[in-house]
Amino acid sequence: MLLALVATALVAIALLSEELLPRVEEAWSRHRARRRLAPVLPYDPGRERRAEQRARALLQSCVNEEEWAMYRDLGFIRVWGTQADGPAEAGGTGGAPYAYLVYPHRAIVAYLAQTHRLLNEYCVAFPDETRPYGSARLPDSDDVLAKWMALTGDERRLISTANMHLPGRQLDPARVKRDLWRLAQWERARMRDGARSAPPTPLDKAG
Amino acid sequence: MLIAEGDVELAEDELRLIEEFRRQLDAGLWAAVPVMDTAGQRQAHMVRSFDDIPRDAERVIFFPRAAGGR
Repeated sequence: MLLALVATALVAIALLSEELLPRVEEAWSRHRARRRLAPVLPYDPGRERRAEQRARALLQSCVNEEEWAMYRDLGFIRVWGTQADGPAEAGGTGGAPYAYLVYPHRAIVAYLAQTHRLLNEYCVAFPDETRPYGSARLPDSDDVLAKWMALTGDERRLISTANMHLPGRQLDPARVKRDLWRLAQWERARMRDGARSAPPTPLDKAG
Repeated sequence: MLIAEGDVELAEDELRLIEEFRRQLDAGLWAAVPVMDTAGQRQAHMVRSFDDIPRDAERVIFFPRAAGGR
C-alpha cells in the first residue's frame, strides 16, 4: 500500500515538475535581477543636511537681502501681495496693503499689513515626485523658495491652486500674531542698525 | 530643484537648454527666472515657453508644480 502511494507521488511530482520548474527558475531569476538593480545603499545621515545647505544657498541667491536675513533670523519670509483687492476669497481688502508669511512646509498666511488682521491660510505643497532624497518632501529652504517664486511670479495662480482655509486651521493664530510682532521688532532693529552704520551727512558733521 | 545654466549665444548651449527646458516642463515642473525689477527688488518671473526667458537671464530654476496641501 505504502509502496503504491510513494510510486503515485513520484509520478505526480515528475509530471508537475514539467510545469513548476520553469516558474521556479523564472521567479528565482527575477529575485536575483531585483537584487542587482536595487543595491542596498547604506543610510547617509548627512544627505538631508547637505541638501538643506544647498537649498539655503540657492534661496539666498534668489531672494532680496532683507528677505534672506528675515528667513535666517526669524524662520519665515514676508512676501507683499500685489492684487488690487487682496488675495482670492479674502472678502476684499478695500485696497489695504496685505502680505503673506511664508513658512517652510506650513500654510501660507495672508494678513493685512497695517492691522495684522489674519485673512486666510493657503495650504499648498510642492511634492517632488523624483524623490532625490528618498522623500517627496523638499528641503525646508527649497519649499520656501518654491513658494516665494510662485508668489512673486504668479500670485493669482498659486493662490487659486492652494486650498484656502480660515486662519487657525494649521497655524495657531496666536503664534502667527507673535511672529508678526517679532517681524516688527526685527525691522525696527534693522532700521536702527542701518541708521547707526550710515555715513554721517555734512549736516551731522556741522553739528 | 534643478537649475539650468548656459550661454544662449552659443548655438550648442542654446539647443541643449531648449531640450532640457522642454524635458522638465513635460515632466510637470514649473520654471522660473529670478529677476530684478526697476526698483531693484528681486522677484521671480514664471516662464511657460523658452521664448519667455529673458535673453540675459543667468539661470532658470525648475521646481515641482504646486498642489493644494492639507
